[in-house]
Amino acid sequence: MYKLLLCLRYLRTRWIALASIVSVTLGVATLIVVNSVMDGFTTQMKERMHGILSDIVLETRSNTGIAQPNWYEERIRNRLGDSVAGVTTVVTLPAMMTFQHNGNSHTQQVNLIGIDQKTYASVSDFSKYLLHPENRDQLDFLLKEGGYAPDRERMQPSGWEYRRPIARYRKLVNDRVRDGRTAEEEQAAEKSRYEALQQQIQREQLQSNTAVTESQSTNADSTDPSAPANSTTPAAPSTPDDAATQTDSSVNSLMAGPGIVIPNKAQQVLQFDPEKEQRTGIVLGISLGSIRGREPDGTVQDFFFLRPGDDVQVTFPNAGTPPRGIDETFTVVDFYESKMSEYDSTFAFVPIEKLQHSRGMIDPRSGIGAVTSIQIKLKPGVDLNTARDALRDEFPPTHEFVEVRSWQETQGPLLAAVQLETTILNILLFMIIAVAGFGILATFFMIVVEKTRDIGILKSLGATGTGIATIFLGYGVLLGTVGAGVGLLCGLLFVWKINDIARVVEWITGREVFDPTVYYFDTIPTIIHPFMLCWVTLGAILIAVLASVLPSIRAARMHPVEALRYE
Amino acid sequence: MNNSDSLRHPPIPAPHMLDTKPSVPYRVVHPEESEQRRTTHSGLPSVANPMLTATGLAKAYRKHQSSVPVLKGVDFSAERGKVTAIIGQSGSGKSTLLHLLGTLDRPDEGEIAFDGQRIDCLPSRQRDQFRNNQLGMIFQFYHLLPELTLLENVLAPAMIGNGILSYWRNRRQIVERAKHLIELVGLSHRMKHRPRELSGGEMQRTAIARALVTNPSLLLADEPTGNLDQETGRTILQLLRVLNREHGLTIVMVTHDESIAQQCDSIVRLKDGRVERLTAPILRTTSV
Ligand SMILES: Nc1ncnc2c1ncn2[C@@H]1O[C@H](COP(=O)(O)OP(=O)(O)O)[C@@H](O)[C@H]1O
Ligand SMILES: [Mg+2]
Repeated sequence: MYKLLLCLRYLRTRWIALASIVSVTLGVATLIVVNSVMDGFTTQMKERMHGILSDIVLETRSNTGIAQPNWYEERIRNRLGDSVAGVTTVVTLPAMMTFQHNGNSHTQQVNLIGIDQKTYASVSDFSKYLLHPENRDQLDFLLKEGGYAPDRERMQPSGWEYRRPIARYRKLVNDRVRDGRTAEEEQAAEKSRYEALQQQIQREQLQSNTAVTESQSTNADSTDPSAPANSTTPAAPSTPDDAATQTDSSVNSLMAGPGIVIPNKAQQVLQFDPEKEQRTGIVLGISLGSIRGREPDGTVQDFFFLRPGDDVQVTFPNAGTPPRGIDETFTVVDFYESKMSEYDSTFAFVPIEKLQHSRGMIDPRSGIGAVTSIQIKLKPGVDLNTARDALRDEFPPTHEFVEVRSWQETQGPLLAAVQLETTILNILLFMIIAVAGFGILATFFMIVVEKTRDIGILKSLGATGTGIATIFLGYGVLLGTVGAGVGLLCGLLFVWKINDIARVVEWITGREVFDPTVYYFDTIPTIIHPFMLCWVTLGAILIAVLASVLPSIRAARMHPVEALRYE
Repeated sequence: MNNSDSLRHPPIPAPHMLDTKPSVPYRVVHPEESEQRRTTHSGLPSVANPMLTATGLAKAYRKHQSSVPVLKGVDFSAERGKVTAIIGQSGSGKSTLLHLLGTLDRPDEGEIAFDGQRIDCLPSRQRDQFRNNQLGMIFQFYHLLPELTLLENVLAPAMIGNGILSYWRNRRQIVERAKHLIELVGLSHRMKHRPRELSGGEMQRTAIARALVTNPSLLLADEPTGNLDQETGRTILQLLRVLNREHGLTIVMVTHDESIAQQCDSIVRLKDGRVERLTAPILRTTSV
């Protein structure tokens, strides 16, 4: 009873001890904030990564890929049975993407991914990261009329709405020559020039026919080495008409004369018309086609230098040995925004058939296309590692040259780095609390010394050593609880209002605390785990109690007489 | 002190001790005691009805190799219902002796018995209990707890002696007794005050009330007036005398003041760590 009373009284009269507990409060609050934010980041990131990556990937490094994907798929389904939610085949390639912007050619490295658009969405959250609502339902690699992310001002217009006028404009620009004449005028001019040239040639030939000997003699006189060539020269005049008609017809077929009309029409039929046609569709990671920046008023925006409707050239290796680069032109049909910068800045999705076809991965006899990886989605609740181990057993590295990896292993280093960061931060912050613990230790020793006489008095009144130790231990528990409790409240409050706080700090310092151009989140993500709150709070209390153990023991051991004599 | 009316009330026994404590009827004054009073000042260590006896007490303070002998074989006895004075020069070991008697320290040699039972070799927990139940102690520097109010200070021993539960169950009786004692020492109007707001005499009276709250049979006082002016000292002594007379409280009082010692029933004189002689007070008649 007296213990409780004295504890409370000490707490009320010893504010200095409360000061020593402030560091515990700060430590606890910081730990809670840091853990909540780190957890928020990690969870968001994991969620996204898991969404982007399928659960398990079977991958080969072979350039030609797995030749019998159906057989593999069958084995996977046999092995995993009911736990498979979806399987898809994929061809992934390192590639180089080139596009023109502002008259400059830009080249970027991409991860070219050939996907089966019918099944790919079943193994990952691919579709939900696409911008066009129809593509989110089902991607068909066809350019849409418009309606790409209408909330993004900087992206409008997109799709055909964008491609048509651009193509028309390009054609206009291409058709226009430097002095401002149109193509028809130019063609007419060219034609008349050519005709003039023809007439001149004919005239010259007539002249040379009459003066052939003369010219031959001069030729032979002037240049000796040209003499053997002269043996053919007489043959040429033998069929002057032939040559003339030959040239004439060839010229006609190209551009001259009235014959120009027919081939031109045929050309129009065969020629690719960007106003009405698109190339094979490609879905680009959004950072491949945009940069994040700020409007003059400070709002964060993506600025697009590529839009749905633009054409890009992609160069990738074919399946030959040694591989050779092949070019293909694709039309951007959508963007992919997973908000994971690593993916958004490298991924480019194209139809798998296109890749298999251009790379020569299709078996000419069976017509089956090879793939470089098979992605598997498990049903919810199925243990990832068990399924992975089963597949590793099914496809042992000793027999098959495929690698079986779970999504966590694929992103293992990144996840491990984040985990390590969190752990280290926790250790460091707990060290702060431990430092606070030493502060408490020192303060408590001082209080015990200060209270020496009181301890003697209590002993003379019959208090036991344990009773006196309990006073100081209880004091430590009380202080620890108060400190950790206040820290807990502060931490929760901070986490709850973290975005407001960030804004206030921004306003005061004029500097952005949380730059959305960097992080892709517009608000700081936080997650509060009750378990984390528990261990942080209890840990802090424990440290405070541990710090008060030594002074308590000292108080308990104090000799009553010496304590009473203490002045 | 005009609260002699309240002194006539029989002390309320502390409820928690009613069944645990061997009844020490300090308020029952035996009729023959008044006879014995005349025969005890013969200087013999053996008294007719001793409450506390010590034989051959030796105590030395050791520090490293050197040892400071303070008590070198002290025989002591305090008679039930009497006031015994321990007198001696400063540094003669009076406080040391009192601490030994109060089981705050262990003697190097010798035995201490309370009511015929040895208390010097009890395990520490039982000695703590003994101090709480049977002993009241007051000191020269009052030794009140500065954080607690006067009432709480008086209640402290009862709190220490009881667990939270039994204290809670008996709190009304305990508080009533504490208030009665505070009234007895004449401080009812200062109940809520902190010690530092009290005068020396008031603090000492509080200490006396505190010492009596567990209804002890023996009061050990270490120079209770040593820090007070003469007038205040006299009221304290008067209070002690009243407690002794009216309630039969046995008192052992350390003092270095000859005149105070002379008012006591018997005197133990310490010198060089030994009892010089055991004398009866000379000025018997000048008692308060
Ligand atoms: N802890 C200690 N260590 C060494 N010597 C001590 C200690 N406590 C007391 N003494 C010595 O014991 C002697 C007796 O002290 P004390 O009993 O307080 O005397 P009194 O109360 O009669 O003035 C003194 O000489 C003092 O110096
Ligand atoms: Mg002394």
